[in-house]
Amino acid sequence: MAESTPLTKEYLQTLVDVFKHCKILGIRVHDIAGKKVSLELPYSEKIIGNPETGIIAGGALTTLLDTTFGLAVFTALEGKYIAPTLDLRIDYMTSARPGQTLYSEAEVYRITQNVVFCRGIAYYDDQEKPLAHCVATFMPLPVEVTGVHL
Amino acid sequence: MAQEMTGQFKQSIDDNDMQTLISLIPYANLLGMESIQIDNEFLFKLAKRESNLGNPTLPAIHGGAIGGFMETAGALDLIMSAKLLHAPKVVDFSIDYLSPGRHLDIYAKCRFVRQGRKIANIHCTAAHAKFEDEPIAGINWDKPVAIARMNFLMS
Repeated sequence: MAESTPLTKEYLQTLVDVFKHCKILGIRVHDIAGKKVSLELPYSEKIIGNPETGIIAGGALTTLLDTTFGLAVFTALEGKYIAPTLDLRIDYMTSARPGQTLYSEAEVYRITQNVVFCRGIAYYDDQEKPLAHCVATFMPLPVEVTGVHL
Repeated sequence: MAQEMTGQFKQSIDDNDMQTLISLIPYANLLGMESIQIDNEFLFKLAKRESNLGNPTLPAIHGGAIGGFMETAGALDLIMSAKLLHAPKVVDFSIDYLSPGRHLDIYAKCRFVRQGRKIANIHCTAAHAKFEDEPIAGINWDKPVAIARMNFLMS
């Protein structure tokens, strides 16, 4: 089924919507351009990590990036594989801003037989000045073998 | 409101009351975090909750929820042990996913590897319990769901 489904923004949105944790955080697909996938995380009170400042928890950003990367890998592998995350690292360049929608962008930069390498950022309005950098690796598993869909 | 919040924060830290501290953090409540005190150390629990699921066909807990749980556990453990008056800032966070997070409770424990004047390095291990009815006795620490390391800036 995945092979014949075009990997459009709308299709990726339906995938995000079945992830209950993404749904509750309010994560949405922002854009797809070529093999780059961008999602958005709207600001909301329930994801605040520091009530003193209203700054969101790093964990919400972790979910945003992990989901973006997962979809970037799924797209790069043309929907034929699901790919569990092996590891993920986030470096925070600066502080998050209360009240603003956060965007992410991820791209796959290397696909080998057993490992897919992905990198990306989280940013507000300027991709040149990201809030965070992220790298992660994934292990592709063929959908037809696992029987598991993304 | 902000002042009241700060007062409750300080009180929970003074009282070494992790559960109250958790209840003051909206994101920790969204995840359904709890704490269990054993001697002088805190265990953290990510309660089984539908809204933490990622892939629904497995079903598996979203890797981001597991990461967020571990990062929050690290920050809260640091706030409590160092009696910090302001939340520490995460500088970097790195996680290895070792086995699927099944739709069950997850437990986490943190270890302070180095705590300097400015930076604290914390390692965190997360695992399921072997028996659901007697979880604390049998947490599968030797088969973790994930291990994470993080640096916090204390200011």
